[in-house]
Amino acid sequence: MKPSFLRFLCVLFLVPLAARAQSAGHPANQLRFCITSQPKTFDPQLVTDDASETIRYLTGGVLVRLNRSTQQLEPALATSWQVDRSGRTIRFVLRHDIYFSDGTPFSAADVAWTMQRLMNPALHSPAGDAFRSGEGRVVTQVIGKDRIAVTFPRPVVGLARLFDQVAIMSASSPHGGMAVLGPYCLAKNKAGSWLLLKRNPHYWKRDTAGHPLPYIDSVRIDVEPNRDIEVLRFLHGDIDFINSVDAMDYDRLKARAPSTAIDAGPSLDSEQVWFNQVPGAPLPAYKKAWFASTDFRRAISESIDRQALARVVFRGHAHPAISWISPADKYWFNARLSPHPFDPHGALRLLAQDGFQLRNGALYDRGGHVVEFSVITNAGNLYREQMATMIQQDLAGIGIRLRIVTLDFASLIERITRTFDYEACLLGLVNDELDPDAQMNVWLSSAENHQWNPSQKTPATSWEAEIDRLMRAQASTSDLSRRKAEVDRVQEIVFEQEPFIYLVNKDALSAVSTRLRNVRPSVLRPQIYWNIDELWLDASGGGKR
Amino acid sequence: MKLFRAAAIAFLLVVCLAGLLANVVAPASCARQFREQPDAPPSHAHWLGTDDLGRDRFSRLLYGTRVSLFLAPAAAALAGVLAALIGGVAGLAGGWIESCLMAATDLFLSMPWLFLLVTVRALLPLDVSPWASVTITFALLGCLGWAAAARVVCADVRTLWSSDALLLGHASGSSGLHLLRWHIVPRLKPVLWAQFWISIPVFILSEANLSILGLGVAEPLPSWGSLLSELESFPVFTTQPWQLAPLFLLVATVSCFHLALQNQESWA
Repeated sequence: MKPSFLRFLCVLFLVPLAARAQSAGHPANQLRFCITSQPKTFDPQLVTDDASETIRYLTGGVLVRLNRSTQQLEPALATSWQVDRSGRTIRFVLRHDIYFSDGTPFSAADVAWTMQRLMNPALHSPAGDAFRSGEGRVVTQVIGKDRIAVTFPRPVVGLARLFDQVAIMSASSPHGGMAVLGPYCLAKNKAGSWLLLKRNPHYWKRDTAGHPLPYIDSVRIDVEPNRDIEVLRFLHGDIDFINSVDAMDYDRLKARAPSTAIDAGPSLDSEQVWFNQVPGAPLPAYKKAWFASTDFRRAISESIDRQALARVVFRGHAHPAISWISPADKYWFNARLSPHPFDPHGALRLLAQDGFQLRNGALYDRGGHVVEFSVITNAGNLYREQMATMIQQDLAGIGIRLRIVTLDFASLIERITRTFDYEACLLGLVNDELDPDAQMNVWLSSAENHQWNPSQKTPATSWEAEIDRLMRAQASTSDLSRRKAEVDRVQEIVFEQEPFIYLVNKDALSAVSTRLRNVRPSVLRPQIYWNIDELWLDASGGGKR
Repeated sequence: MKLFRAAAIAFLLVVCLAGLLANVVAPASCARQFREQPDAPPSHAHWLGTDDLGRDRFSRLLYGTRVSLFLAPAAAALAGVLAALIGGVAGLAGGWIESCLMAATDLFLSMPWLFLLVTVRALLPLDVSPWASVTITFALLGCLGWAAAARVVCADVRTLWSSDALLLGHASGSSGLHLLRWHIVPRLKPVLWAQFWISIPVFILSEANLSILGLGVAEPLPSWGSLLSELESFPVFTTQPWQLAPLFLLVATVSCFHLALQNQESWA
């Protein structure tokens, strides 16, 4: 055998083995998990994707932090804050002796610089857009080294909470944006493969015993687009948690390693059906009349067995949806609302009020038209296809024939936003925000995302006009109890009118290794590592979490 | 061998009859959901258990047989006829006609059909019934699946046309039509049969994949393709082996067709 061939064999077999050995032998105090794609940016003010948001959360220091468990704001870099009565100005008192990861001291000037950069229209910052309530400049007033006031041109709803998304950047560090105030700082980035975060040696927070936080030395984040591989890697102990798993994977994990699967209860996400009520839609007039009828929509709603959807499709890991605000949103959910009943007989009574008749197992309207329509949903989403199939059987029970059409996502969006050539649509809403003001773009009748009848010049119905009034009213005051009353009323109107027929709120499902301790799973993102600085790794890996 | 052939024919008859009489033979409707028993294992009531929504798997297999066993061969036959016509004409005519037809075939093979299918789905009205949807799907598969077979047919026809037997036929005064009818078509039969049998399972699986685009069999109608696609996401080989029934039925049916028609091919 020639030496060159031997060398080739060595390279062929030993290099992969060495790589594998390196991968298996990761440091003991290193947390490992996966993200589905490479972060698009490391600039905390330009974050638009989940992967970049992960890096921002782990590295960014913020003035106030939302406790994902209590859903209350807690002091972070600011020890206290106060919003004035106008809702335009917020004043912060900052911590002393805080340093960026590169040792540069932190002061009110950094907050001022961050806010000015964030609100610069030329930057096009998505985080900055949340603060934009009107035309005009944002004024920052540094009042000594540890006090600052930020004034916006118009009142900003839920102003303090928005600062949970604002990572403070250094105005004077030679390292620019790489100098951070969060628990970790970026050490290595192997684009498309993995990222390594190291503990920030200057992180400000300490535990009750005075030990510096975070407990975990480093975080390795692997880029893994394939969800099945991520689950397999978790089962093999290669990663420590999966932030979000679906119901099917959850059951697989529960069967293999019961103590690792966590169901944190209903999330903020919802699944819903709506009818096309666009006046100019290419639909027959009699169908438009059905879809515009409140009794018809309520009848459809009452004939859907939501409990069965949650139990069969989501394997018990979902809850019947009640309102456009999930019960997971502890403050804003209207607790006076009770779930919609599953009552096919009641549905037929409602339909009879509108002149519908059940004859020989088929429903006819007063014009003698057989009641049948199609529902579109995005192809490839197993859960939505299964929900549609179950609704098909439920509606068959009251004589309605439902056709299910699955479309690729681009065609579906084209139909619901441009051509309006559809009858009903089943889709979901992924929601990150607790504050209902974030859904103004859905509930205002003039909004583009007012899906059942978007971009109205004037409200088509009296109840839509009332929703417009209430949503605008809640957006123009900082009186929390008044806002709550107005948002509660909007929820009641939507419950009665059912422009969206809410089906289920999916549960927040995660998988966490037993070696990861202090985990307090939340329904809010990031579900598992929201308290990253308090997590620690138990080398023994057993026992209770 | 005769015994095997008889057994294969008997099996095919049973499968065809079961598919045709699905609404009589099946213990339940393919759409009926037994919601208290989703994902149930085989039992007296449900011979092959139930699926994710509690539908009887055995009934769905029978109804799926009706869809796939009749429409997939129909699509394969359509593709075979197109391949025979286009490949045959190209091989017989030769010259610039052959060049043009084979260039068209190559173009057909290299086209991104996915985009055409997406466009077709976008153009279809939403109120197409499940049966119309599945028929359109298989018709599309038949219309798109001829190109590779046409190349094979063309090459075979060209070889046959210049063979000693055909030269002798020409020399002895036989007309072109006579040679085509009695010498070329019989010799092409094995090639066309092979293309036909290869196409059937391919079309069944293609139909399953097309559901990703919203084409294919619409709920609640089942097909072998949609039943096979359920095998993708679960380690059924160890935990729920009864879910493999559609796969076994597909393999057994295609094998039995081969056995049953083996003599015919030898004759051809």
